[in-house]
Amino acid sequence: MIRDTIILRVVIKLLLPAILLFALYVQFHGDYGPGGGFQAGVAAAAAIILYGLVFGVSAARKIMPQKLLFSLIPIGVLVFSGTGIVSWFFGANYLDYSPFGSDSKSGQHLGILIVELGVFITVFSTMLAIFYSFAGRSEALPSNLENDK
Amino acid sequence: MSFMQEHLPALQVVLPLVAASLCALFRVGYLSWLITLSSSILSFLVAVFLLLRVLEQGIISYEIGGWSPPFGIEYRVDLINAFVLLIVSCVSAVIVPYTQKSISARFGSTEQSWFYCMYLLVLTGLLGVTITGDAFNIFVFLEISSLASYALIAMGRDRRGLTAAYQYLIMGTIGATFIVIGIGLLWAMTGTLNLYDLASRLPEIKSSRPVLAALAFLTVGVSLKLALFPLHLWLPNAYAYGPSVASAFLAGTATKVSIYLLLRFFFTIFGGATFFTETPLPEILKILALIAMFAASIVAIFQSNIKRMLAYSSVAQIGFIILGISYATETSLTGAMTHMFNHAIMKAGLFLLLGAIMFRLGSVKIEELSGIGRKMPLTMAGFVILGLSLIGAPGTAGFISKWYLGLGALEQGEWWILVLIVSASLLTMIYIGRVVEVAYFREPTDEVVQLKEAPLEMLWPAYLLIAAAIYFGFDTSFSADLARQAAVLLVNAVY
Amino acid sequence: MSLILASINYWVTIILMIGGLYIVVAHGNMVKKLVGLGIFQTSVYLLFLSPGKILGGTAPIISEKFEVYSNPLPHVLILTAIVVGVATIALGMALVVRINEAYGTIEDDEVHEMEQE
Repeated sequence: MIRDTIILRVVIKLLLPAILLFALYVQFHGDYGPGGGFQAGVAAAAAIILYGLVFGVSAARKIMPQKLLFSLIPIGVLVFSGTGIVSWFFGANYLDYSPFGSDSKSGQHLGILIVELGVFITVFSTMLAIFYSFAGRSEALPSNLENDK
Repeated sequence: MSFMQEHLPALQVVLPLVAASLCALFRVGYLSWLITLSSSILSFLVAVFLLLRVLEQGIISYEIGGWSPPFGIEYRVDLINAFVLLIVSCVSAVIVPYTQKSISARFGSTEQSWFYCMYLLVLTGLLGVTITGDAFNIFVFLEISSLASYALIAMGRDRRGLTAAYQYLIMGTIGATFIVIGIGLLWAMTGTLNLYDLASRLPEIKSSRPVLAALAFLTVGVSLKLALFPLHLWLPNAYAYGPSVASAFLAGTATKVSIYLLLRFFFTIFGGATFFTETPLPEILKILALIAMFAASIVAIFQSNIKRMLAYSSVAQIGFIILGISYATETSLTGAMTHMFNHAIMKAGLFLLLGAIMFRLGSVKIEELSGIGRKMPLTMAGFVILGLSLIGAPGTAGFISKWYLGLGALEQGEWWILVLIVSASLLTMIYIGRVVEVAYFREPTDEVVQLKEAPLEMLWPAYLLIAAAIYFGFDTSFSADLARQAAVLLVNAVY
Repeated sequence: MSLILASINYWVTIILMIGGLYIVVAHGNMVKKLVGLGIFQTSVYLLFLSPGKILGGTAPIISEKFEVYSNPLPHVLILTAIVVGVATIALGMALVVRINEAYGTIEDDEVHEMEQE
C-alpha cells in the first residue's frame, strides 16, 4: 500500500508546511500581487487533500473534522456578507469599505482583507467537503462494483 | 428605519443569502424553517417597498461597494423588475408556511436544513438576476439559483429525481454557458458590462456580426433556461420527480425570471420594439410559441402522472407568454407580463394542492385518484378553481391575460391567432377535465376511502393563491395596469 | 493560413466549444458528458481572457515605469466563472455517484430503459 511507503510520508511532512505557508502568502499578499482568497483557499485545501491521499481520509478527518467544515462554509459567507452589512452602519453602500479606516485607502485595504478571509474560509472548506464526500464513499464502492458484474 | 430605505435594493438579495448561511450553520430543521419563513416574508416586504418607491420616484439605482456605474456593479430597479421581484418574493413567501408539514414528514432535521438552505439560495439567485444591472452578475446569480435548484430536485422521493436533476444540470449549464458567450461577445464589442451602458452603446454597432451572434447566443441560452418549446426537455421530469414544494416554487418563479431576462435583453439592451422588426426573431418566436402551446398541451393530455401533466402545461403556458412577446406591442406585452404574474400564481397553487394529495395518498397517478373529490373536497375544489383559471374561464385571472394576448393579436389583424389561443385553451380544458372526471365521477377506491382532508397548514397557502387567482380576475388595477406601464417602458426602450 | 494565425485564440475557442458540446451530445456515459461540459465551459474562459491581453502590457498596478496595462476585468470575471464551473462539475459528479447507487449504471440508455419499466 502507498500508505506504507516511507519516502512519501517523509516528503509529505516536508511539503505540508511549505504548501500551507504558500497559501497564507497568496492570501495576505493578495492586495499587492496576484492572489486572493480563492487561490489561497484551494492551495490550503490541497495540502489537507494531499495528507488525506497518503495517510487516509480518516486521518485527514482527524485534523479537519467534517462537522467543523460544514460550519465553516456558511461562516465564510457570513464574514463576507457581514462585512457588507457593517458598511451600512457606517452609512455607506453595501460592501463599500472606505469608511472602515481613517482614510478611504486604508479602509479599502482593511475591508478587502476581511472579505478575502471570508472567501478563503468558504473556498477552503468547500473544496475539502467535496473531497471528503467523494473519498468517503470509496469504502462502499467495491461491493457496488461487484453488483455491476 | 429610514436609513434602511436607501439600502433596500441590496437588502433584497442579502437577506435570503444571510438566511441561507444561517440555515447551513445551525442545521436544525425547525429553526431553519423559522429563518426561511421570516426572511421570505421580509424579502416580500422589501419587494413591496421597492415597488412603492419606484412608483413614487422612478428608477432606483444602487451602487454596490460605492463604485459608480458603469465601473462598479449597479443594482437598478425600475417598474419592470420591481414587478418581477414582487412575483418571485410573493410566491416564495406563500410557499414557505406550507413547506414545514411536507418536508418534516420526509427528512431528518439536518436534511431539512439543507433543503431550506437550497431553497433560500434559489431565492437569492432569482432575486439577484432580477435586480442586478450588470450582465456578468446576471450569469453568476443565474448559476447560484440553478445549482441550488438542481440540488432541490435531486431531493425528490423518486430515484428518477436524480436523473431529472442530472438532465437539468446538463441543459441548464449549456444554457448558462451560451448566455456567458453572448455576454462575452457584447463585452468584447463595447467594453462594458453594465446593461444600461450597453443599451446606450449598442445602437451604433447593432448590425455588426459579433453583436448579432451575441443576440443569437443570448436568445438560445435564455430559451433553454425558460424551456421554450424545442428546448424544454429538462422541464417535465424535473417538475414531476422533484419534491412538490420545489416544483411549486420553481414553476412559479424560475421560468418567470428567465422570461424577464429575455424581455430585458430584447427590449432594453437591443433598443425596444423597433429592433424586433429588423430581425427574423418575431416570426421564429411566434412559430415556436404556437407549437409549444399545442404540442405541449396535447402531450399533457396523455400523461398519467398529474405532476408531469402540469409540467407539460407549464411549457404550453410559456408558449402563450412568448407569443405575447413576439408581437412586441404594448397590448401584447401587457398580456405577456400579466400572464407571467397569473401563471406564477396558478401553477404554484396547483402544485401545492398536488403536494397535499401526495402527502395524504403518496401518489399522483391519475387512475389512483378516483373519487378523491369526495374525501378531500377542499383540495379538489381548489384544484378545479385554479384549473378554470388555467383554462382562462371568465372571472378568473387566466382570462384577463389571455384577453390581452388575444387583443394584441387582433391589433395586428391576425384574427386566426385568436382562434388558435382559444383552441389551445380548449386543450387545457381536456386535461384539467380528465382530472375532474376521475376525482368526482368515479367510485372511490379502498385507499381513497380512508383519506382525510389535507392538513390546514397545507391548505391555507394554496387557498391564498386561489383567492388571488379569483381576485385578479375581477380587479385588474394591480396586475394588468402595472404590466401595461411596464410594457410601455419595454416597447419604447426607456431605461 | 494567416487568417488562422491572426485570430488563433478564436479558432482554439471555437474548436474547444464545438468539441465540448459534441461530447455532451454524443456520449452516453454520464461522466464523459460532464467532461464534455467542462471542456465547453473552458472555451468560454478563453473567449473572455484572450481579448483582455494587450501585448507588452503589464499587470494593472499603476506605476511610472509602465504605460500599457492589460485589462484586469476578464480575469476577475473568469475567476468567478471557474468557481461556478467547479461547483457545477462537483454537483454533477455527486449526482452521477447517486445515480450509480440507485440504478447500478451510469450509461444514459440503460438508465433510460430502467425508467421506462
